[in-house]
Amino acid sequence: MIKTASSSTARALLQALLLFAIAIMPLTARAQLTIEIVGGGITQIPVAIVPFEGEQALPQSITEVVTEDLLRSGLFKTVPASGVTPLPAQPQDINFQEWQARGADAIVIGSVRPQGDGKFEVRFHLMDALKHSQLAAFTYTIPPTQARLTAHRIADVIYEKLTGDRGVFSTKIAYVSKQDRKYRLQVADADGYGAETVVTSNEPLISAAWSPDGTQLAYVSFERKKPIIFLQSLLTGKRSVLANFKGINSAPSWAPDGKKLAIVLTKDGNSQIYSITADGSGLQRLTISSGIDTEPSWSPDGRSIIFTSDRGGSPQIYRMPASGGSAERLTFEGNYNVSPHFSPDGRSFAFVQRNDGRFNVAVQDLNSRQSQVLTEMRLDESPSFAPNGKILLYASEVNGRGILAAVSSDGRVKQRLSIESGDVREPAWGPFLRNQ
Amino acid sequence: MKNLLISAMLVGMLGACASQDVKEEPKAPIEDRSAATQSDSGSSQTQPADQDKLDSRALGTNVLKDPNSPLSKRIVYYEYDSAAIKDEYRPLIRAHAKYLADQRSARMTVQGHTDERGSREYNLALGQRRAEGVKKAMSVLGASDNQIDTVSYGEEQPAVTGSDESSWAKNRRAAIIYQGE
Repeated sequence: MIKTASSSTARALLQALLLFAIAIMPLTARAQLTIEIVGGGITQIPVAIVPFEGEQALPQSITEVVTEDLLRSGLFKTVPASGVTPLPAQPQDINFQEWQARGADAIVIGSVRPQGDGKFEVRFHLMDALKHSQLAAFTYTIPPTQARLTAHRIADVIYEKLTGDRGVFSTKIAYVSKQDRKYRLQVADADGYGAETVVTSNEPLISAAWSPDGTQLAYVSFERKKPIIFLQSLLTGKRSVLANFKGINSAPSWAPDGKKLAIVLTKDGNSQIYSITADGSGLQRLTISSGIDTEPSWSPDGRSIIFTSDRGGSPQIYRMPASGGSAERLTFEGNYNVSPHFSPDGRSFAFVQRNDGRFNVAVQDLNSRQSQVLTEMRLDESPSFAPNGKILLYASEVNGRGILAAVSSDGRVKQRLSIESGDVREPAWGPFLRNQ
Repeated sequence: MKNLLISAMLVGMLGACASQDVKEEPKAPIEDRSAATQSDSGSSQTQPADQDKLDSRALGTNVLKDPNSPLSKRIVYYEYDSAAIKDEYRPLIRAHAKYLADQRSARMTVQGHTDERGSREYNLALGQRRAEGVKKAMSVLGASDNQIDTVSYGEEQPAVTGSDESSWAKNRRAAIIYQGE
């Protein structure tokens, strides 16, 4: 990410890039994800979200998106604003007793005003209904095209102030869709809107992995009739081959510093784990086993790598130092534990466990070594944590069609994301963006 | 405020991530049989009486495709999460190994595949192990390593769609493809 964003040169560059980005943006998203909540949290925070004054001037109602975001998390319920006249747009207009009587713990108010240059000023205030105090207030100046994004940012602020955890509504997800024998690697908002195609291929695409700064995707493509690893910039679209050795090249996982990746190669025989710098140099072998070693996931502190290996006879999850060396087995229940992914705080990892012929997403706490199975469909796979560690996105299958689903890391809130047509698979939740 | 705006713009750019079409690589050169076909059809036009002779010659040149030859059998099926070659496929492996040993210019690719269940990446590795297992078995029987290429498609190219044991059994396979086919 460009870090010198405050200098005027960098700002001009950013504006140029933004114009370019808009120019190549397709008019409509090809495939959209819709979300249904199939479970609910236990205690939900009651929030009144008052329609923003003047927001009908924007192509997308801000408060509608904020409401959808908060409800989808399962941690909030909305308190209706109907019948309140006039609707407050400023803190001094709020009749706190009235909102308290309606059961609201917090009130969201705001306004949208045209600036004359095609831009809009969006102001919002988050008020504590019980203490009559302001919890947060922000002003954004945006082009109308950024109404959804601004709404996600507002939802992030509300989520963080009221739950104590950072919101992920303005982050991105990547996934692969298969339709009409075409594979598309897509990036969409965390709520599934605004899907953009990163790459299209007639051959399979799998294993997308976000660079820690969110500007690049590593993925595996079969476009040359064998699996090889590509890196692609999301800013410019430029792609390059990271690894194309003899045999298979697969399972990229970024080191937290973004300089190296752990990958899987068969150039020396079985599938084994190697590290490679992001420019394709400095290949180093990390595992030496007679079994399959695959699916590396780098720990957030950079010190260790967890991975799948069947060196003990069945696929299980192991941990080793990031420089390689002796590995410790982490899973013992059942004879099929695969696809480990570290949580963002490094204290636990998600994986897929087979139980009675079903494949489900589970999480293991690395301190207690206790595991909890979070999902219950037949073929759940490919779990990935949201960057706040509170939600897991995974792939599943309903009636022979790939779908994406999400579950809170405590298992209490479940969502299903379904694409209008075609198959979706291989989800990967993107990181928080810097400068936020 | 400025930071918020700039990061909003960055997110906008990410959202717009440039799209790109992958052009399919030109396929491996396909053996050109048109000349043979032309001369065959040419001779059949001028010498229709030779039809029988032509047919038998065609059979002789294409032993790999002869349904009566063990070489026409190209697929090894596996148990779940296993790369062990079952005894019933030993004759198939032996026949192809002998063909490679006799025809030193012949080249094949063994493609490993798995069923859809479980991890795509683990399945990719398992498919590779199946393909390598076939290669090793043929090498032991006299084929040379440089005659056999291996590749894995994991669960990405099922032979049949369907989410039940009979479909899965058809998808857990290694397929032999000779160069030029």
